[in-house]
Amino acid sequence: MFALGLRSIVTSVLTYVLFATFIGIGALAHDTGFSLGWALLGSALIWAGPAQVILMSSLHSGATVIQAALAVTVTAVRLMPMVVSLLPMMKTPKTKYYHLILPAHFTAVTFWVEGFRLFPKVPREQRIIFANGLGTGFVSVCLIATTIGYQTAAQLPPIFGVAVLALTPLTFLYSTALNARQTADKLALVLGVALYPAVATLKTGVDILISGLVAGTIAYGVHVVRERRR
Amino acid sequence: MSEFIGDWHALLILLVAGILPNGVWRMLGLWIGGGVEEDAEILVWVRAVATAILAGVITQILIVPPGALASVPIAIRFGAAAAGFAAFLGLRQSVLAGVAAGEAVILAGKYFLG
Repeated sequence: MFALGLRSIVTSVLTYVLFATFIGIGALAHDTGFSLGWALLGSALIWAGPAQVILMSSLHSGATVIQAALAVTVTAVRLMPMVVSLLPMMKTPKTKYYHLILPAHFTAVTFWVEGFRLFPKVPREQRIIFANGLGTGFVSVCLIATTIGYQTAAQLPPIFGVAVLALTPLTFLYSTALNARQTADKLALVLGVALYPAVATLKTGVDILISGLVAGTIAYGVHVVRERRR
Repeated sequence: MSEFIGDWHALLILLVAGILPNGVWRMLGLWIGGGVEEDAEILVWVRAVATAILAGVITQILIVPPGALASVPIAIRFGAAAAGFAAFLGLRQSVLAGVAAGEAVILAGKYFLG
């Protein structure tokens, strides 16, 4: 079942997007003066593209460790509700918390989207091991890509950097849209995009969290009202 | 330490500014989500909030993009996202089609205007 999870990455379009994104992350590590080993540890243990990009670019531009940590943690808030909504799909009454540590670590946009798509096809008691195979596959691809990007950074044309940086918002947008099957999710996506620019003018430092909570709660409220009318 | 990883100072920064502030949210999610049943009503709300936070992250990257992406005008960045969304919806919700169309607009914008 671990091997089946590992093999599932081949059939996922998102694997190829991850590969290109992490070539960009490897190249960024090279260009901002970090070592290859440092970049690989980051890809394996941070395992979140936006956080890695912000960590390297903010440290490189002279931010303090605390400023960089705050910028990283703001982008990482999204991971919490993703983990909360994904883990219950893998649990059985016998599951212990420590069984879920690795799947929680693997949770990022790609894993979240592919988890919702693939877990229902796997018997419940085998989903954790399947998830660990899937996550191991994604991380391995990204470690290879980080290395290739790091080693070839000098030869990559500048336009490649633009293309790779554009991959993250585009992929996040369409995979989230794909994952939004219920009306509440679709509405949350639209409201989240619409509300963020307004909330961002407040410059609270946690604008993403505020707009996400407000937009998500409104979307849920609409869902509740519609259910009651049925 | 070898040159491969760098000195202990660099590793400590990776841990304190990268791994911990990122991973803490996953572990908080584990602590909360580990005790919730799959059919719990609260998960509908949690999924909606996760989706809306992601929408915020996406919009933030489009408004204040990192690195070289900032050299593409903002109208092109949003235009690319919209063109990609049209392709995504038009071609049976294909993520690949959406990304390809969006990238085409971004690269054309960079080539002609960037």
